[in-house]
Amino acid sequence: MEFKFTEENLEKINRVFAKYPTKKAALMAVLYIAQEQNRYISHEVMQEVAKLLEITEEEVIGVVSFYTMYHTHQPGKYHLQVCTNVSCMLRGAYDIWNAIKEKTGLEDGQTSEDGLFSIEEVECMGSCGTAPMMLVNEDYIENLTKEKALELIDSLK
Amino acid sequence: MEKIVLPDIENFHELDVYKKHGGYEAIRKALAQTPDEVIDTVKKSGLRGRGGAAFSTGLKWSFMPKTTDKPKYLCVNGDESEPGSFKDRQIFEYNPHQLIEGILIAAYAIGSNNAYVYIRGEYHKWIRLLQKALDDAYAEGLVGEAMKKTYGTNFHVDIFIHKGAGAYICGEESALMESIEGKRGYPRVKPPFPAQNGLWGCPTTINNIETLTNVPAIINKGWEWFAAIGAERHPGTILYGVSGHVNKPGVYELPTGTLLTDIIYNYAGGVPGDKKIKCIIPGGSSMPPLRGDSIEGLRMDAESLKAAGSSIGTAGIMVMDEDTDLVKVLARITRFYYIESCGQCTPCREGTGWMKKILDRMVAGKARSSDIDLVVNVASNIDGNTICALGEAAAWPVMYMIERFRDEFEAVMDNTYVPPIKNKVHSMRQTKITVDRY
Ligand SMILES: Cc1cc2nc3c(=O)[nH]c(=O)nc-3n(C[C@H](O)[C@H](O)[C@H](O)COP(=O)(O)O)c2cc1C
Ligand code: SF4
Ligand code: FES
Repeated sequence: MEFKFTEENLEKINRVFAKYPTKKAALMAVLYIAQEQNRYISHEVMQEVAKLLEITEEEVIGVVSFYTMYHTHQPGKYHLQVCTNVSCMLRGAYDIWNAIKEKTGLEDGQTSEDGLFSIEEVECMGSCGTAPMMLVNEDYIENLTKEKALELIDSLK
Repeated sequence: MEKIVLPDIENFHELDVYKKHGGYEAIRKALAQTPDEVIDTVKKSGLRGRGGAAFSTGLKWSFMPKTTDKPKYLCVNGDESEPGSFKDRQIFEYNPHQLIEGILIAAYAIGSNNAYVYIRGEYHKWIRLLQKALDDAYAEGLVGEAMKKTYGTNFHVDIFIHKGAGAYICGEESALMESIEGKRGYPRVKPPFPAQNGLWGCPTTINNIETLTNVPAIINKGWEWFAAIGAERHPGTILYGVSGHVNKPGVYELPTGTLLTDIIYNYAGGVPGDKKIKCIIPGGSSMPPLRGDSIEGLRMDAESLKAAGSSIGTAGIMVMDEDTDLVKVLARITRFYYIESCGQCTPCREGTGWMKKILDRMVAGKARSSDIDLVVNVASNIDGNTICALGEAAAWPVMYMIERFRDEFEAVMDNTYVPPIKNKVHSMRQTKITVDRY
């Protein structure tokens, strides 16, 4: 599928360019803009980004694959990310994670067939003081319990 | 106790309120001095970095070359990805203007016209909050080109936010610079250090969010005032983040040198069910774990923790009660470093994987009798043999957890395990590793 940035996003990208002395430095921000427009970073997106930033496709692929927040496949409408790192683990994160896996029938990194949910086990999110926690897309849900997590999933269906 | 970084003032995050309480006066004061005078004040105050290494902030600034034809840069580290750390986000939310003012002063001191605040990508909300504060400050001419007119100075600095995208390693200073340049976050071999060869090969200083938020107060109230707070060699306050098995987890701003037990029992509400503490990590998961029965009288400052065999790190205090399965905890910690290793150095890339494999085997009850020595050996072969400190961060928890809680690990060994002779320093035994065992 061909990919072109919208006019509005091209303007946004120009504002990003103004922040840095090189075009290449805009790469991470431009990838976010692309991901917002296209929902994930396809091969075509990477080609377009490389052209725009005057860098090689390899450089773009290298960055996309290095950082966990760029998706090369379309995630679910609700991307559930559960932290299981130590502070969350000590407060029951694995119960929550296992319950979510069971409830959605998904494994780490999978997306449901209807495209509604994808789930991911993630590292410390900086919410250790309000652990356990999960993210639903960009939103932090803190002081989480298994019950709350399952209710939330029901309410999103 | 007076709070410096997170004062108890309602709506302090709003520009009007911040200004009403003397906000953006410190930068005026600083601009009336020479950059060297500002550096000297910060040096004398004894302020040390809050990002993990507790290095003297004034001294770091003084490494920046005075004469150079290259631009100079300031990087502000808000990557905050160390497990157990959740303090910088409080500053974005509750005191963004003091951070911005600290950035202005630091930039003036080192002679930089461009500052990048690197914030972890998952902090969408806190990025928005800081951006809002920045926009407000720009709108009033407190930042950027308009500073010249506002403050009647020749100096100006622009502040940009750079959003990360999920990589713990980008908190390491050279990886952070690579990331701002639009590359993978691969740490650089040092030397050269950032003050010589940093962002785009130019002189660069990197400071943590909390570090710089202290600076306006030091300029306003003087270095003598700051130096008198808390521990003599590590003065000021710290945002202690307490998590795990406590009744009131959260961030508490207290002087350096506060008793660890005071923080846990008087501020964080003690341990649920009045259980005993088995293990405590005082500075984020990269720092050596301590035994719960060794924390009586322990003070939270760089020197005291070093003497106790750990480190202040980010002051993220993780508390584990007597029922905690430390084998599982160590396996989880190791998984983190295995996932986050950037893969440049063989000992780190391979070693974290091996350690994870062995520890997972222990958790699964399939440990072999030689596994304790093996995992410690792998760890000690990472320690000191890598480009960046993530190697040590991965090795230390393994080495020290096993040294300090060896009995817990022995308990999960199979029945062929022969306990070593008591009083031997087990952690340093050199079991010969052959790769084909894996
Ligand atoms: C693997 C690794 C991760 C780090 N993560 C952070 C971080 O998230 N935030 C931070 O301020 N410093 C982090 N540091 C420390 C930085 O490299 C650097 O020392 C610090 O930002 C300097 O600021 P300071 O002198 O004000 O403490 C990390 C270091 C390593 C080795
Ligand atoms: S120590 Fe690990 S994280 Fe650091 S540069 Fe080497 S491989 Fe990368
Ligand atoms: S350990 Fe889960 S947010 Fe820090």
